[in-house]
Amino acid sequence: MALLEVKDLRKNFDSLQVLKGVSFEMDQGETVSIIGPSGGGKTTLLRCLNFLEIPSAGSIRVKGETLFDSADRRGLSEREIRQNRLHFGLVFQNFNLFPQYTALGNVSLAPRLQAKERPDFKARRKEIFDQIEEHSIELLRRVGLGDKLNYYPHQLSGGQQQRVAIARALALTPDVLFFDEPTSALDPELTGEVLNVIRQLAREKMTMVVVTHEMSFAEAVSDQVLFIDGGVIAEQGPPARVLRAPLEERTRQFLRGYEK
Amino acid sequence: MFQTVLLSLTEGFGKTLEIFALTLLGALPLGLIIAFGSMNRFKIISWPVKLIIWVIRGTPLMLQLIIIYYGPGLILGNNWWGSGASGRFTAAMIAFIFNYACYFSEIYRGGIEGVPKGQREAGQVLGMTNTQIFFRVTLLQVVKRIIPPIGNEVITLVKDTSLARIISVYEIIWNGQAFIKSQGLIWPLFFTGLYYLLFSGALTLLLGWVEKKLDYFKV
Ligand SMILES: Nc1ncnc2c1ncn2[C@@H]1O[C@H](COP(=O)(O)OP(=O)(O)OP(=O)(O)O)[C@@H](O)[C@H]1O
Ligand SMILES: [Mg+2]
Repeated sequence: MALLEVKDLRKNFDSLQVLKGVSFEMDQGETVSIIGPSGGGKTTLLRCLNFLEIPSAGSIRVKGETLFDSADRRGLSEREIRQNRLHFGLVFQNFNLFPQYTALGNVSLAPRLQAKERPDFKARRKEIFDQIEEHSIELLRRVGLGDKLNYYPHQLSGGQQQRVAIARALALTPDVLFFDEPTSALDPELTGEVLNVIRQLAREKMTMVVVTHEMSFAEAVSDQVLFIDGGVIAEQGPPARVLRAPLEERTRQFLRGYEK
Repeated sequence: MFQTVLLSLTEGFGKTLEIFALTLLGALPLGLIIAFGSMNRFKIISWPVKLIIWVIRGTPLMLQLIIIYYGPGLILGNNWWGSGASGRFTAAMIAFIFNYACYFSEIYRGGIEGVPKGQREAGQVLGMTNTQIFFRVTLLQVVKRIIPPIGNEVITLVKDTSLARIISVYEIIWNGQAFIKSQGLIWPLFFTGLYYLLFSGALTLLLGWVEKKLDYFKV
């Protein structure tokens, strides 16, 4: 059974159809790269999967559990949306770290708030918070920031900030981690450190979806590549095929822009 | 003589402080309510609120004091406020609170709208509730943004309190001026300036201290 199943996902903004029926599946431990021209709907797809936008139609299933199905007319409550979001993590193009918290504070904030809903929270508060702190420090070490725990975002470089954002997204142990152009807001010399962290996560079999313009990275790291254009998946397959020998003319045209 | 003047001015300054404190006490929270009104997504609510803000900010506080105090008597034929000092004070407080609430509301709105949308969304994808996002993410960033403009308004308010004189609220300028008529002395009026200077100076220090406290992060 696939870990994530997306079926016929559609999204309209008023009369503008942005997603026109997107379907794909991915297995546990896979890395999927999404490429495609500007305005094709890549960000909108990620936002729908993270319930920052509610899809107009289609369905989203994780581990066989239906998170969203437009056939179910009932609609989602605020609480259900929140529960659904916990299956996923999202790393934004411009990091969106919380400026008033340190690196460690950014990573541990959401887990600490989640912990309050545990039935044993009152009795084991201190122990639980210690565990969360330990886990958060461990995550920051994994992204190479073990020595920056108490730095505030403005004291960190863009690449470091993005790595904190990755640690923060991992802290709630999502089933799938999404990245929306994680290096687009970075100076070229800082992209490497972020891509290396994602590469490392891929080796550790984290399930990930990465929207990217870094074609060589996509080729090296992913199990599947989706080419999204005009709100549909115009082509999909193993990276070597989609990137080296695309079947569709529009994929070829898009990739020509990256040749040099 | 100096002691008499000092006593009278200090008593007047007590009233000034009272206007100042009550205005902040009323206008800071009321401003937030007005701000939410002006940001309401239903135009039937936001438009009238914006109209009121425009009128209040577009006309002098002195005129608003006069209209609020004399208006009911002239238009409705009975003076709600009564004829005594307490009636004049109540009318003055309503004018001050409403006027300052409108200024504060615009500052709040700017502060709230100035927090990037991504902050909220980052909280949402981490499974935080709207309340958690407001208190743990947004609020402190808004506070940091609004402290300097709120501070400016607060310093302005120190001096604006003297406008209450127009409807005979006996604040410090009124008391200072009284010495011209009764004793032919002008210096007590000049002397009132010292009170304002010391008070606004103290507030400036306090505001600077608060800003410094929030200096550990950047928005
Ligand atoms: N909230 C919104 N309201 C209206 N239109 C929107 C909204 N969000 C996105 N769109 C439109 O949807 C289309 C797809 O946008 P999207 O951001 O998903 O593209 P993208 O593939 O991520 O592009 P890029 O590579 O530039 O990031 C665009 O035409 C955009 O203007
Ligand atoms: Mg995008």
